[in-house]
Amino acid sequence: MKNDVNGVALGVCIFFFVAVTVMGFLAARWRRAENALHLDEWGLGGRSFGTWVTWFLLGGDLYTAYTFVAVPAAIYGAGAAGFFAVPYTIITYPLVFLFLPRLWSVSHKHGYVTSSDFIRGRFGSKSLSVALALTGIVATMPYIALQLVGIQAVLDVMGVGGGDSTNWFVKDLPLLIAFGVLAAYTYSSGLRAPALIAFVKDALIYIVIAVAIIYIPYKLGGFDDIFDKAGAAYKVTNPATGKPRGSLVTGPQAQWAYATLAMGSAMALFLYPHSVTAVLSGKSRNTIRRNTTILPLYSLMLGLLAMLGFMALADGVGKGIKGYNAQLAIPQLFENMFPSWFAGVAFAAIAIGALVPAAIMSIAAANLFTRNIYKDLIRPNATPAEETRVSKLASLVVKVGALIFVLSMDKTVAINFQLLGGIWILQTMPAIVGGLFTRWLHRWALLAGWAAGMAYGTWKAYEQTSPTQSHFGGNSAKIPGIGELGYIGLTAFVLNVAVAVVLTLVLRAFKVAEGEDETATPDYTVEAGEEGVTADLPAPAGA
Amino acid sequence: MPDAQLHEQAPRQPVVTPSRVIAGLCLLAPFVALLWVDSYSRITPTFIGIPFFYWYQMAWVPVAALLTYIAYVLVRREERQRKGGAAK
Repeated sequence: MKNDVNGVALGVCIFFFVAVTVMGFLAARWRRAENALHLDEWGLGGRSFGTWVTWFLLGGDLYTAYTFVAVPAAIYGAGAAGFFAVPYTIITYPLVFLFLPRLWSVSHKHGYVTSSDFIRGRFGSKSLSVALALTGIVATMPYIALQLVGIQAVLDVMGVGGGDSTNWFVKDLPLLIAFGVLAAYTYSSGLRAPALIAFVKDALIYIVIAVAIIYIPYKLGGFDDIFDKAGAAYKVTNPATGKPRGSLVTGPQAQWAYATLAMGSAMALFLYPHSVTAVLSGKSRNTIRRNTTILPLYSLMLGLLAMLGFMALADGVGKGIKGYNAQLAIPQLFENMFPSWFAGVAFAAIAIGALVPAAIMSIAAANLFTRNIYKDLIRPNATPAEETRVSKLASLVVKVGALIFVLSMDKTVAINFQLLGGIWILQTMPAIVGGLFTRWLHRWALLAGWAAGMAYGTWKAYEQTSPTQSHFGGNSAKIPGIGELGYIGLTAFVLNVAVAVVLTLVLRAFKVAEGEDETATPDYTVEAGEEGVTADLPAPAGA
Repeated sequence: MPDAQLHEQAPRQPVVTPSRVIAGLCLLAPFVALLWVDSYSRITPTFIGIPFFYWYQMAWVPVAALLTYIAYVLVRREERQRKGGAAK
C-alpha cells in the first residue's frame, strides 16, 4: 500500500501545476509598466498592488506550504505545544499595525526596496545595513529549502518520491522539474508571478480546508471522538524520553515557552525580507493597514488546519511505525480520507503553496543582495537596469543554493537552520523597528546589540539537546533571572536591546559621530499621492 | 538632534488623544488575552467536542481582527482631521 503511485491524484496535481506555470509566465504582461527595467518593477511588482492583491500575496507568502505541513505535524507530534502558531499569527497583526505603515511611507518617499536600504538611509551606516542584509539572506535560505521539504512530503505520499532503491536522480527528478520551472518564471516575471499564482494557491487551500474540516470529522465520528482518541494517544509514554508523548493542554511548566514562542515569532514574522518585499509592493499606506485587519482570516484557516493534526492521530496515521516522519502525517491523512481526485487537489494546494513563498523569498533575498551588497559595496554607480539584471541572476543563485541544501544535506539541517533563522531575524528588530520611531539609538550600539543577540541565540540553540538530536534540539532554554523555559530568540532580543541602550548612552557621552540621517519626521506618515511623493523617486542622500 | 526632532513633531497637536488611547487598548487586548496562557489552559467547557484551549484561541482571531479594524478606523479618522486642519 505504501509506495504505489496514486495515478488520479498525480494527474490532478500535474494539471494544476501546468496551469500555474502558464500563469507564472503570463504574469509578466500583467499591469506592465513602461519602464520594465527598473528594479521596482521586477522586485516589487511596480509598487502597484491594491488591498486584495496584497492580501493574497502576503497570505501566500507568510502561510507557506511548510507551515501547512509543519503546524499540524507539531500538533500530531506533541499536542497543545504546537498550537502556539495560532496566538502567534493573531498578535502579529496588532503589532505590525504600529510599524509597517511607517516603513511603507518612508520607503515610498525615498525609494527604498529593502529594510536595509532604510537602515542605511536612517543611520548612515553601511556596516549596519550590510549586517542586517546578510542576516536576512541567511535566515531566508533555509526557509526556501523547507518549502522543498513540503513538496517532497507530497511527492512521497503520492508515491513518486521514489523508494530507497531508485537512484537519486530519478528520485529527485519531480522536485528538480518543479524548481526549474519556478526559477524560470520568477526570472522572467518577478514578483508579479507569485502575486498571480497566489490566487490559485489560496483558492485551493480554502477549498481543501473547508472540505477537510467538515468531511473528516464526519468520517471519524465527530470532534468528541477525535479528541478522545488523540488524548489517549498523547498519554502513551515515549520510550526515548520516559515522558508522555504530549498533552491536550499546555502544562504549567510549558506556559512560558508557549507565550514567549508566540510573542517572539509574532515579532519576527514581518522582519523577514519576503514579508517586507510584499509589504512594499502595496500601492498605499492604507493598503497595508487594511491588510492587518483582513490577514487574520488566514490565521483562522491555520487554526482549522492545526485541527487536522488531531484527526491524523485519531485516524491512526503512522501508528506503530517506528520513527514515523510526522511531516507526512497530513498528506497521508488526505490520502486515507479523500477520494483520489480530491486528494490530488489537496496535494496540489500544498505543492503550489510551496512555490509562491519560494518565489517571493528568492526575490527578497536577491533584492537584499543587489541593493545592499552589490550596489553599496561593489558597484555604487549601478544603473536601475543593471540592478534588475543582478537581482534576476541572484534569485537563480539563491534557489539553486536552496536546492543543493535540501538534496545534499539531511532534512533536519534545514529545519535547524530555519529555527536559527527565526532567532537571527528577530535580532534585526531593534534597528529596524527602533529606527522607525526614534533616532536615539546609536548606530554602533545597534550593531553591537545585534552581534550580542546573534551570538547568544546561536550558542543557546546549539546547546539544546533532544532525544534524537545532540544540538539544535529545541527552541527554548531557561531564561536567565526568571528560571522558566522560554524562546531563545526572545531572550536574545532582550539582551540585544539592553546592549544597544547601554552602549548608546556610552557612545553619546563620548560624542561619537552618529552618521547622517537622510529621512525627516514627516516622511514616516506620508500617504501615496501626497505632495512630493512619487514612486520612481530614489532620492539621493540629504534630499 | 533629539531636540530638533521634538520640535518637528507637530508642535500644537497633542501626542496622546482619546482616540489614540482607545486604539492602543484595542491593539493591546489580544496580547494580554493570548500571552496569559494560564487563563485558558484547560479542557472544559468544550465546544462541539473541541477543548476550550483550542476554540478559545481560535475565537480570538475574529475578535482581534475586529479590534485592529476599530483601531484602523480611529487612527485614519484622526489622521484625516489633522491633515485637513493643517491644510486650512
